[in-house]
Amino acid sequence: MVTLARKLIARAAGQPAVSTGDVVICKVDLAMIHDSGGPRRVKPMLERLGRHVWDKDRVVVVTDHYVPADTEETRAIQALTRQWVHDEDIANFYDQQGICHVVLPERGHLSPGMFCVGGDSHSPTGGAFGAYMFGIGATEMAGVLATGEIWLRVPETILIQWDNSLGACVTAKDMMLAVCGEIGMGGGRYQAIQYAGTAIKDLSMQERMTMSNMAAELGAQAGLIAPDQVTADYVLAAGGSLADDWADYAIEAADKAEDHLTFDAATLAPQIAAPHSPANAADAAEFENTKFDVAYIGACTGAKYVDLAAAASVLKGRRIASGITLKVAPASKQDQDRAADEGIMSILEDAGAQFLANSCGICAGYGDDRLADDEVCLSSTARNFKGRMGAPGSQVYLASPYTVAASAVTGTMRDPREIMEG
Amino acid sequence: MARLWRFDETIDTDVLAPGKYMKSPLAELAMHCLEAVRPEFAENVRAGDVMLGAPNMGVGSSREQAAEVLKHLGIAAVIAPSFAGIFYRNAINLGLPVFTIDAKLHDHPGLTDGAEITFDFDSASVMLPASDTILELEPLPDFLRAMIMDGGLIPHLEKRFHTTAAAEGA
Repeated sequence: MVTLARKLIARAAGQPAVSTGDVVICKVDLAMIHDSGGPRRVKPMLERLGRHVWDKDRVVVVTDHYVPADTEETRAIQALTRQWVHDEDIANFYDQQGICHVVLPERGHLSPGMFCVGGDSHSPTGGAFGAYMFGIGATEMAGVLATGEIWLRVPETILIQWDNSLGACVTAKDMMLAVCGEIGMGGGRYQAIQYAGTAIKDLSMQERMTMSNMAAELGAQAGLIAPDQVTADYVLAAGGSLADDWADYAIEAADKAEDHLTFDAATLAPQIAAPHSPANAADAAEFENTKFDVAYIGACTGAKYVDLAAAASVLKGRRIASGITLKVAPASKQDQDRAADEGIMSILEDAGAQFLANSCGICAGYGDDRLADDEVCLSSTARNFKGRMGAPGSQVYLASPYTVAASAVTGTMRDPREIMEG
Repeated sequence: MARLWRFDETIDTDVLAPGKYMKSPLAELAMHCLEAVRPEFAENVRAGDVMLGAPNMGVGSSREQAAEVLKHLGIAAVIAPSFAGIFYRNAINLGLPVFTIDAKLHDHPGLTDGAEITFDFDSASVMLPASDTILELEPLPDFLRAMIMDGGLIPHLEKRFHTTAAAEGA
């Protein structure tokens, strides 16, 4: 009765097989930490335990939260991070190169079959590569760094199947908002979600990452996608390596999952989620003419290369409406460079976009660009909790980069197909 | 006697530990705990008080300060019909007791916001003196209970490393 989740966990636990509900100790192949929850939090705990990291080659450190470091406090956090990386002799350090969930795979650190933890709630993003990856807090991370191990209750598998093919201007982000709307933020029950079906197979690697990323919004522990040639090609192009048995993890296992939900990609319309939950999702057309002030294309969820390209396809030859501010924070430097090479950044700039650093920025409520009390934002990010992106009175609507860009052009919220097909 | 702080809206990590204050010391961050939904909470909560959350308690980010500020403010236990996974693990790792309550018991008329109650960790129960009722919570697995009793994961590991070192030395 093997599923992808159980096969990955059994390997990490060093057992031939595991069953749902078993509590097992797993060996960690890779631990990823960032400047907010990482060194500044784990250093004192490791010192208290009298331990160093268990394997410096299995630790990746990324600075992406306090970027740019433009205050005394944040500069001190970055300095501490660099010093700790130096002291622990960690080579895998990406300083201000982009958001950890995007940097990790683009630098070839993830591949099918791995068991990984990340010190950030969007760590399920790694599941797109056929790896078991989940988010943990700083204390638990200190435990992993000291021992190389973590306990786990083997979760159920919830299969989320997407049949048929997506229409124009409809994306992975819309698929995930629709699932959030259908099963709610607790619908993942801290179990393992596996995405399957033809519409998933058709997605690019970065679109698959959006699916896995937002497993966090469903409250799932992991968001897995069985690896295929698309996965293998990405990993090799990123300079990573594939285990000899990587194809053994290409397990769809529809009949082995404890729960099975089916969606139709062909009939899916662009989605918008109203404040203050991704579960408040509905067809974008239902929000037509809703006013907003800030259009934001940012975060690991919504500002990867593929997201910037989507926004540019709408904004090419167009300008944003007066009264709207469009802010773009490309998710990584590599993605930004590629977008610049292809003329995408120029299109965004000509349309009136302002560019922010390759960091988590206002999605996580960090930095000076936070929303003011009465501001309304339409955002390509993952979360719209009350006050998350700024003042308690600010309001955030979530949508895909197509929908954010099209709405920025018209000046009120819009189904992007109206202006692309009109 | 402890005061019960009941929340009927979903409590996420961003209202527990707002991003704006994440770079601040814990004591300052704690003063902003829940200010977006219950501005008087941080100032009025007392050591030993108990928090009763709605389903999917602690949804959102992995920032463990969300659990840490509650412990810092003296919350003796967080009780909810269900918890977000990372928050649940973080709370235990920090030594903050978290207990799941049956959905039917969660609707008990005695569990109002501001009710005077007694919470008992050992028996995993809440007593309502007003109606002389005892509500039993779902017991924790032994190894998680042991971790909380040690004060969280780090003291728990300290004990383990100390024991290993002593055994190796012997």
